[in-house]
Amino acid sequence: MIIFDRVSKRYPNGREGLSNASLRIEAGEMVFLTGRSGAGKSTVLKLISLLERPTRGTVVVGGKNTGSLTTRHIPAFRRRIGIVFQDHKLLLERPVFDNVALPLVVAGTPLKEIDKRVRAALDQVGLLGHERALPLELSVGEQQRVGIARAVVSKPPLLIADEPTGNLDPDLAVEVMQLFKRFQEVGVTIVVATHDLHLVRELGLREIVLDHGHVQGTEEDPLPGMVATR
Amino acid sequence: MNFSLTAYGARHVQACLGALGRLARNPLGTLLTLIVIALALVLPLGLELFVTNARLATGGFSNAVDLSVYLKSDVPLAKAELLAKSARGRADIAHLELISAEAALAEFRAYSGFGAALGVLSANPLPNVLHVHPASEAQSPASLEALRHYFAAWPEVDVVQIDAQWVTRFNAILGVLRRLLIIAAAILGAGVIAVIGNTVRLEILNRRGEIEVTKLVGGSNGFVRRPFLYAGILYGLGGALFAWAIAAGAIAVLAAPVATLAGTYGSHYALVGPTSRELAILIGGGILLGWLGAWLSATRHLRSIEPRA
Repeated sequence: MIIFDRVSKRYPNGREGLSNASLRIEAGEMVFLTGRSGAGKSTVLKLISLLERPTRGTVVVGGKNTGSLTTRHIPAFRRRIGIVFQDHKLLLERPVFDNVALPLVVAGTPLKEIDKRVRAALDQVGLLGHERALPLELSVGEQQRVGIARAVVSKPPLLIADEPTGNLDPDLAVEVMQLFKRFQEVGVTIVVATHDLHLVRELGLREIVLDHGHVQGTEEDPLPGMVATR
Repeated sequence: MNFSLTAYGARHVQACLGALGRLARNPLGTLLTLIVIALALVLPLGLELFVTNARLATGGFSNAVDLSVYLKSDVPLAKAELLAKSARGRADIAHLELISAEAALAEFRAYSGFGAALGVLSANPLPNVLHVHPASEAQSPASLEALRHYFAAWPEVDVVQIDAQWVTRFNAILGVLRRLLIIAAAILGAGVIAVIGNTVRLEILNRRGEIEVTKLVGGSNGFVRRPFLYAGILYGLGGALFAWAIAAGAIAVLAAPVATLAGTYGSHYALVGPTSRELAILIGGGILLGWLGAWLSATRHLRSIEPRA
């Protein structure tokens, strides 16, 4: 599902986000990206969602070399990725329903279908009945779950989450992870960046450790015998 | 296909209603913008109406060149009638009216305000006059000159006067005004684009967060831009309708004094409002300017808003 081949990312301010990093995430896998803040976790997610472009190397997502996608292709590309943010990025002046419906609205989904799928997504995160509430009327945990509902409402094959539990107390954090786990069980590929090692170990899933922009461990050669398309 | 077309239409309706709702939620700001646009549009419209009315009000003589043939004052009315009859046979004369000295005096007495003074005159000082309206194909300077020659050759004729110069001048003035109108329309049209563009720019900056999130979940530039284009169109349309209302109000206010003025010329002229063609240009122009201003602004500013997670 995701292949990074010797990817480097240097930001305009000179900071190196990733250095020659290679990694591979299979379809249907749930993977944690761990490491200290600044280790490159967010950079990996930004490169996957084309919020940033690599300085060097190749990023392949869902069989597509992202380097071949022009600005024009990005919207359609992003519709196939659900993104969950630490600060949830909800529209605070719009009710829950509108927030969750947004990915469907931009994709031109018929209204009837939108209604059905928004309810289904809210049901999955346990917030059915809160459609008309404004985000600020909800608790922090509920807001995060609205963000997750928005990320999964269009049934994307890939879900990425940047510190989704960063603002949550431990119980809520476990709850959110269980939620991700359930999506993985129905076939969604999930990449979660987190520094909550305790939680990661508890779930016993694969962990990709980043340190100062380098991938640690056994992820150095993800493409044996395969020439990366550039 | 049919299905997707419906969905496409629904998205446009949605964007349009959304834009309308947004304008309605900020009534004061919307009103101020509409007033500025309406003022910019009403000036060219007013000039157009002025020119049209000036042309119509003077239509009786401005579109035609007439000749006044003054007979010598000793020519009796019977002789004048005879002359008139023979001249009416000419192909290059569309209409010929004999204004007898008596009739001219009566009219002068009624309209000039010198009625009492005329009473002291022992005899009518006015001559019989032939009022000649040439056929429309005989209004070129050469044909008019030929006509003048024809009348001047009669021994009974004192003076032949062609009422041409002031008509030419008047039409030239209207021509200048019309050109001025085009210049005003161009300048004010650019002003409308700037006003709407700036309004849309502020709105985009206000909604920056929302635009970023929309792009994050895969909203295309076209999708993000659509409600702003509708806002521009609505501003243009609203401004045009507002301008129409202002023009209609001005015409209503001016109707009575204009009628009084026309009355002093013995006319029943009533002001005309914009024709359906002028209205179509006003409204179509407003919509086009609104769309263009919004498009320029949105295309420029939306490009700079990219999500930063």
